[in-house]
Amino acid sequence: MAPQQVDLTAPFGGRTLPNPLTTASGCAGYGRELAKFVPLDELGSVTTKTIMPYARSGRATPRMAETPSGMLNSIGLQGAGIAHFVKNELPWLAERGARVLVSIAGERLEEFAQVAEQLNGQPGVIGLEVNISCPNVVDRGLVFACNPATSYDVVRAVRRVADAELPVYAKLSPDVTSITEIAAACVQAGADGLSMINTTLGMAIDPVTMRPALAGITGGLSGPAIRPLAVRCVYQVHAEMLAGRIPQVPILAMGGLRTGLDALEFALAGASGVAVGTTLFNDPAAPLRILDELRTALAARDFTSFTDAVGYAHRPDAS
Amino acid sequence: MAHPVQTEAEVVESAPAGAYRRLVLRAPEAAARVRPGHFAALAVGGPGSSMLLRRAFSIHRADVEAGTIELVVAERGAGTRELVRSRVGDRLSLIAPLGTPFPLPEGPVSALLVAGGYSSAPLFPLAEEIKRRGGQVGFILGAATESRLFGVEAARALTQDVLVVTEDGSAGLTGLVTGVLAQAIQAIDATVVHACGPMPMLRAVTGIAEELGTRCWTSVEVEMACGVGICMTCVLPVVGEDGVSRFVRSCTDGPVFDGARVRWADLGTVPADLEGAAAMGVQG
Repeated sequence: MAPQQVDLTAPFGGRTLPNPLTTASGCAGYGRELAKFVPLDELGSVTTKTIMPYARSGRATPRMAETPSGMLNSIGLQGAGIAHFVKNELPWLAERGARVLVSIAGERLEEFAQVAEQLNGQPGVIGLEVNISCPNVVDRGLVFACNPATSYDVVRAVRRVADAELPVYAKLSPDVTSITEIAAACVQAGADGLSMINTTLGMAIDPVTMRPALAGITGGLSGPAIRPLAVRCVYQVHAEMLAGRIPQVPILAMGGLRTGLDALEFALAGASGVAVGTTLFNDPAAPLRILDELRTALAARDFTSFTDAVGYAHRPDAS
Repeated sequence: MAHPVQTEAEVVESAPAGAYRRLVLRAPEAAARVRPGHFAALAVGGPGSSMLLRRAFSIHRADVEAGTIELVVAERGAGTRELVRSRVGDRLSLIAPLGTPFPLPEGPVSALLVAGGYSSAPLFPLAEEIKRRGGQVGFILGAATESRLFGVEAARALTQDVLVVTEDGSAGLTGLVTGVLAQAIQAIDATVVHACGPMPMLRAVTGIAEELGTRCWTSVEVEMACGVGICMTCVLPVVGEDGVSRFVRSCTDGPVFDGARVRWADLGTVPADLEGAAAMGVQG
């Protein structure tokens, strides 16, 4: 079939998005700069940089280091806070027809809930992504997503206050012994979907200064270098869902997505949505290219729709 | 900030310039939008490259009629090595123009243009604009050694007030640009300084200009991952119009900053009075 005939629409909560592609949180700011390269309403959705209750300066510089097929970042959740976002950024996004998935975080349970509450009834918001897994928090020992109980508590607190029609996604860290255990806890807590994966903690040492390359010493590794890690996480969690050990919820996949074939790979592993992140730094115009490549890749494999490819790699006859 | 263009730009000329390489790229749509002080971001190694981050270069010249943009590239690592080796006919992924250009005077002014090494690249079109407005310019061009100077002849073609300074004395005076700065400001009665170069130099230049009551615009050199404003890695502590200091992006709020607003002494730290520092556990 012709690529243009492939149906890319993707269900999200109670609505249907024009395609399954979004931006990965922290890789597209609040959309303004990316809009110079891509019409935001042509993306399935736009995922914002993580919003916290208050202004946060983020970490000192240097904040990034290039690594093979990847980069380390140690931004530390810089942002102006939820009030600024609701007043200055969200209306702008809504005016442009962007469907906004808002990434939220806090240092304590109440802070997550506080941010979620302020997004109820706001224009353009189609869902919340609860960032329980940012490695750049003040105390790295307290990444919520490293523990099933704390993951459960945060997701439950957000689900309790968020508007019922807003899907709540939990963003998971790959830096855990069992991703399926954390995924199960989040779904039990009421998560409507799972985002996988956040960056994985890494480090680089500058051979010239012989000191850590980042001011934050460690940082989150992203880019194509971590794509196999992301595919593994998506596949494992989707397999648990198929086996009935975790209730079935949609998976939004991110981690090194660069091409339409990468998007297809995530779909085959079980993702019903995909996000482009670090690739945007290299190629801010990538989203429309990726969608074109995805259409072509699906058509070449006789898929009439994106949703038909979701989880295909798990079919016994596909092996 | 001008609206940037992302394009596959053909290399139409590649020539050595001292220790550097001058690349001329065909990018008509981008060239038409360039003002002095804008920069360009080049991707390295094609669509499947393992080097994901764009390299940023200030734009040396933009020729609207020829539809070209000129960049000066120094080999500093694997990425810039590939760019230096690019040949005529190659295509490079270019995003330009980016950032804030130098503010231009409305009428005639006397301006001193100061640079270290190839950071001088954007100052020549700036000098032309200042002269076009009836003003006059002087240059201080410094480098570690003669081969690392850039644009001495171009500067001499624009003005007779050109001071060359090298650390090893291989060309011009021996020392740093800051050693001759105060004298040079007074010699041409400069009311404004435009400076490009490494951060310690910009900090020192700003300090000297401030003491003499001279406005100082600095074009900062900060490592960037994207150059377009989405990665948040290139931030600096800068005092805003409202008196509040914030981490702002060098790529979109800069690279040209009023030197007096940059918290030079606090680079690489989170100053306690920065907006949002308390959330990082930094005590005021």
